[in-house]
Amino acid sequence: MSGFARHRRSRRIIATFTGFEADLIRSLASQIVELLRNERAVPDDSRDPFEAMMDFSGPTTEPEDPVLQRLFPSAYTDDEEASAEFRRYTEGTLRDGKAAAAVSIIDSLEEAGLPPELTEDGLMIDVELEEAEAETWMRSFTDIRLALASRLGVEEGDEAYWHSLPDDDPRAQAHDIYEWIGWLQESLVEALTA
Amino acid sequence: MTAASPVEVDPTLTPDDITFLAKPWVTIVWNDPVNLMSYVTYVFQKYFGYDKAKAEKLMLEVHHDGKSVVSTGTREEMERDVQAMHEYGLWATMERAS
Repeated sequence: MSGFARHRRSRRIIATFTGFEADLIRSLASQIVELLRNERAVPDDSRDPFEAMMDFSGPTTEPEDPVLQRLFPSAYTDDEEASAEFRRYTEGTLRDGKAAAAVSIIDSLEEAGLPPELTEDGLMIDVELEEAEAETWMRSFTDIRLALASRLGVEEGDEAYWHSLPDDDPRAQAHDIYEWIGWLQESLVEALTA
Repeated sequence: MTAASPVEVDPTLTPDDITFLAKPWVTIVWNDPVNLMSYVTYVFQKYFGYDKAKAEKLMLEVHHDGKSVVSTGTREEMERDVQAMHEYGLWATMERAS
């Protein structure tokens, strides 16, 4: 496996995945979509019920899930009211954009031949992306990595800790996937700047 | 085409107000243990149009100092920049320029 590269003639960003790898990326992207759609962007309900019902704009308080907190951080460190306003106008759009990006990964993989259920051994998936699509993948890989890192509790410079865990520790396995997506993302950045 | 015309200065504005109105806000990107250095540099180049040297300098500031001011402008402009950084998964906030 060699990650992403820019095709010399077509200038497209290309990569070849095993069926297993493609299925894994699809499953991570699906989890992002589900996460973004699950915890509904519900407006603050402490207000007048009618006013709350008529308000179709976004939420004003930080999400409870730490992953969502990291994906949608507060815009002001010392001004709750301004943060609430910012969130109301941006979080819905940001959620939709991140969900759409993850969906486009799933679509590209399936268009490249990944079946709904992976049964076949030895299946190879060739992905060919236009520049804009490759950027979308790269952004979505960030969301996937932020989500995995929040769940795992990844911290600066803790690589030795993760590598010291026994291979059969599920957290070690999740961390391997996190690193693999990081490696793929690095190759995407390199391909895009090549 | 436009021509210069006599400038009328609002007599109620103090020099401080004028300075604040010109460039009152900044966007700050904070360090996190997840984002790749190459990716952060790419985002600064792509979104802000900075050259590689400037983008790398800002990225290294984020990495070593924990944060860096990546853009300056009006409040509305900084709201757009912060939203864009969140789209890219970077941890960004905004505040009044000090």
